[in-house]
Amino acid sequence: MSLGVAEVAKIAHLARLAIRTEDAPAYARNLSAILELVEQMNAVDTTGVAPMAHPLDMAQRLRPDEVAEPNQRERFQSIAPRVEAGLYLVPKVIE
Amino acid sequence: MEWETVIGLEIHAQLATKSKIFSAAATAYGAEPNTQACAIDLGMPGVLPVLNREAVRMAAMLGLAIGAQIARRSVFARKNYFYPDLPKGYQISQYELPVVEKGELIIDLEDGSSKVIGITRAHLEEDAGKSLHEDFHGQSGIDLNRAGTPLLEIVSEPDLRSAKEAVAYMKKLHQMVVYLGICDGNMQEGSFRCDANVSVRPKNQSQFGTRAEIKNLNSFRFVERAIEFEIERQIDLIESGGKVVQETRLYDPDKGETRPMRSKEEANDYRYFPDPDLLPLIVDEAFIETVRASLPELPDVKKQRFMTQYGLSSYDAGVLTASRPLSDYYEAVVAALGGEPKLCANWVMGDFSAFLNKDGKDIADSPVNAAQLAGLLRRIQDRTISGKIAKDVFEALWVGEGDTDAIIEKRGLRQITDTSAIEKVIDDVIAASPEQLAQYRAGKDKLFGFFVGQVMKLSKGKANPQQVNELLIEKLKG
Amino acid sequence: MNPSAPAAMHEQTIAQLSAGLAAGQFSSAELTRAFLERIERSNPQLNAFITITAASALAQAQAADVRRRQGQAGPLTGIPIAHKDIFCTHGVRTSCGSRMLDRFIAPYDATVVERLNTAGAVMLGKTNMDEFAMGSSNETSFYGPVRNPWDLNAVPGGSSGGSAAAVAARLAPGATGTDTGGSIRQPAALCGITGIKPTYGRVSRWGMIAYASSLDQGGPMARTAEDCALLLATMAGFDPRDSTCVDRPVPDYVAGLNQPLAGLKIGLPKEYFGEGLDSAVAQVVEAAMAEYRTLGAETVEISLPNSQLAIPAYYVVAPAECSSNLARFDGVRYGHRCENPKDLLDLYTRSRAEGFGAEVQRRILVGAFALSAGYYDAYYLKAQQIRRLISNDFHRAFEQVDVIAGPTSPTVAFNLGEKVDDPITMYLSDIYTIAVNLAGLPGLSLPAGFVGQRPVGLQLIGNYFAEERLLNVAHRYQQATNWHQRTPAAFA
Repeated sequence: MSLGVAEVAKIAHLARLAIRTEDAPAYARNLSAILELVEQMNAVDTTGVAPMAHPLDMAQRLRPDEVAEPNQRERFQSIAPRVEAGLYLVPKVIE
Repeated sequence: MEWETVIGLEIHAQLATKSKIFSAAATAYGAEPNTQACAIDLGMPGVLPVLNREAVRMAAMLGLAIGAQIARRSVFARKNYFYPDLPKGYQISQYELPVVEKGELIIDLEDGSSKVIGITRAHLEEDAGKSLHEDFHGQSGIDLNRAGTPLLEIVSEPDLRSAKEAVAYMKKLHQMVVYLGICDGNMQEGSFRCDANVSVRPKNQSQFGTRAEIKNLNSFRFVERAIEFEIERQIDLIESGGKVVQETRLYDPDKGETRPMRSKEEANDYRYFPDPDLLPLIVDEAFIETVRASLPELPDVKKQRFMTQYGLSSYDAGVLTASRPLSDYYEAVVAALGGEPKLCANWVMGDFSAFLNKDGKDIADSPVNAAQLAGLLRRIQDRTISGKIAKDVFEALWVGEGDTDAIIEKRGLRQITDTSAIEKVIDDVIAASPEQLAQYRAGKDKLFGFFVGQVMKLSKGKANPQQVNELLIEKLKG
Repeated sequence: MNPSAPAAMHEQTIAQLSAGLAAGQFSSAELTRAFLERIERSNPQLNAFITITAASALAQAQAADVRRRQGQAGPLTGIPIAHKDIFCTHGVRTSCGSRMLDRFIAPYDATVVERLNTAGAVMLGKTNMDEFAMGSSNETSFYGPVRNPWDLNAVPGGSSGGSAAAVAARLAPGATGTDTGGSIRQPAALCGITGIKPTYGRVSRWGMIAYASSLDQGGPMARTAEDCALLLATMAGFDPRDSTCVDRPVPDYVAGLNQPLAGLKIGLPKEYFGEGLDSAVAQVVEAAMAEYRTLGAETVEISLPNSQLAIPAYYVVAPAECSSNLARFDGVRYGHRCENPKDLLDLYTRSRAEGFGAEVQRRILVGAFALSAGYYDAYYLKAQQIRRLISNDFHRAFEQVDVIAGPTSPTVAFNLGEKVDDPITMYLSDIYTIAVNLAGLPGLSLPAGFVGQRPVGLQLIGNYFAEERLLNVAHRYQQATNWHQRTPAAFA
């Protein structure tokens, strides 16, 4: 599958990446080449093959319902770009 | 044209675990911002989720309570989208394989009939944080305390046909999760909230109309009003030649209307895929049986039992089983009194509930416990006081004036049951009312009440009403 | 070098240094200082370290010496090591080779770091790497490329290129690495050292910044299999904080090293010796197999028929997971945030575009595409099915053989800049390592010779949790050969 500049822009928006117009053709080229590579998979019939999401055939382990995390707001927010009154700040959220 | 409304509800019930679904941070409501957001909740680099057993147990409880299938194998998936209150850029949820599937709930309709509402699925997921829109120099503030709180999203079939049915379903489900003890049901704090999918179609058309989703309705009243507004809006739109668009809308309670949600306008592509940090959730028979054994008596079963065991009407049984604390209280009163279930029911539903209501108190905080109420009722039963006097005693009990017998003694409220004493009062009343007596004897039966009132008044309400009746009938005959 | 004089500290293996510390030949402080001096001298050339933690290293070394005097030293107490900058280190910048985390001071330790700290190991610093572990040459790092100690014009491999170069140049006797598609084994091969990627789930991923969660696995890189055994024994083990970490006892890897190889059946997948393999590299691998036969092993040809699909499947699975894993880097709670965002969308798109390099952005885009509506089945689901087929190939192979062997990489180290503009060619350098991650198996690379000045790595692949066997098979080879003892001349 070959991707054009418009499709790249759409995916870039989905992934929240600002791609400069002048870089878009190169991305389109590279992405198309990668898709061409991965489409080699189509050579194999996988009808009835169970998808494998994890390397190990194990079940989820469950944790007891215990509170064990102390408040570390100071430490966590010391590395935050913008905080005020204990809140992380972002440009206005519109609902 | 005649229109039919089709409604499906997605209800988010916050599970009443102590810690979050994937981290050991506390879930308590109302903490200072971001003080209950640990590294996992904040989506710090390199952190990993581990599933809370209690959340799974609670999901299974609901599943069993609504007669659903508990999936032996279910899978957590990532729902990918960017939003400031979603720290990882994805929400861990269940998508293709939810833990609970195919249940149902029976709702009672206003006309007295009942209706089965299908429940498509219930799945576990994590809650997001909160965006606070107070102005921080044109910025929004993000509090992630709620991020990672366990939610059970319960999705109904599009079986509901009116706002009233939707509310009845929501109330029934609310009662259920609170009964099960898996959700505190506090709607103001957002513990139980609802998204409503609403569409309309011409009556007798089988195909569904285009639906709008109204997000985040957090009271029964808002659900009803929002759906009613939305039905109205959609019908008006279609009848004036317009088309309903599939979109997400918000209900504005101040204006009483729904409006499109700006931030979610664009088509979402959530790119769900199995979360590689979590393995499939496997539950075995033993686990399910343990959960089944821990289920409390469910509301509908309890209601039936109240009707047969206590001889209550459907209405009374329904009121008394509306919540577990109320039904427990009622049963404790009956047990302490050793009978008279109807008398107990009248008092628990009547004065007791009225006083709770008036003071805004929960049963747990009631100043009159079940044994005390039974003590009061015992004095009605043994004719120490009348039902009417008992109301005064109850009020005195409520404000803490001491126990029933002390109040009766102190206030001199003991009922007069001595026949000769009552007869004397009756004689005095008849002697003082010759005119009424003449009229009564001339056939004006209604005046009987007048004589009862006069006797009670003269006895300061203490004369046993039944004896008063019996004796008056004889005396008035002359 | 005078053969009778004791080897300089930097020339010794971890096992030897551990013995030296135990015998009181030198203190951890002396040892640490010696390595810090070498780092100071050589790092400007190699760029193997992003952060050097000299002060805390000396403090840790002194504490280790105290612990030793108290008789509480273990085999790693006082041994200096380096951590790949993908492992969170409490109070120390953890950049993951990215501008995004250039100023990220981790507020906690990764489990691997915690375990090594508890064992008394000394952290010299954080090593350079491909950005977010995405790369095979270490050229995608925000901090610039690492150079190969054997030839400064060559790449060290990636993504754990800094760790590999540091060990090869004797700037650290051992280091941690992570391997998602070959990121421990390929740089180990290209730098002439030994590295093992354990079975998925053997080593905790807590605090290890995720690239592709179902493939990522941490492991040790050192000069010898014996040193890897020492490090892995400490790194491996159950961690309740990682749902995918296996609760299974850790064997005594060191005790198992000397098992004889008589009767060992080594499978040589014919697909690993075909087109694309450099003939000189093939000769080195064949010579190594001859050596194994002298050691008593039997070699048999096997087939892994779906091998050619490993790269296609990997470049769907890994980008898909990474597109989601890297969504958390949004400029809100930590990490790079653009200047004066005009609105929320601008904050996201610009912070991420500025914070991530081109290769990371490419993989995020590929992954977002593969998961998007309408393409999920054709790409993501298909890749998961191929993954099953590849895994089944290995299951069948291990019914016939004990260990699978082949080249780690189709060529020796290539030149800096040679493949940087051609992602596809770059991806092909992991052709023999990627399938192992898809299946979740353990894989090891050890030095087996040279082509010119550049080292060749031999890859050994084991069955699930067969790390002990892999280390044993590698160790016996290293007892019989001396490729692993060669030191790049410029760093002797």
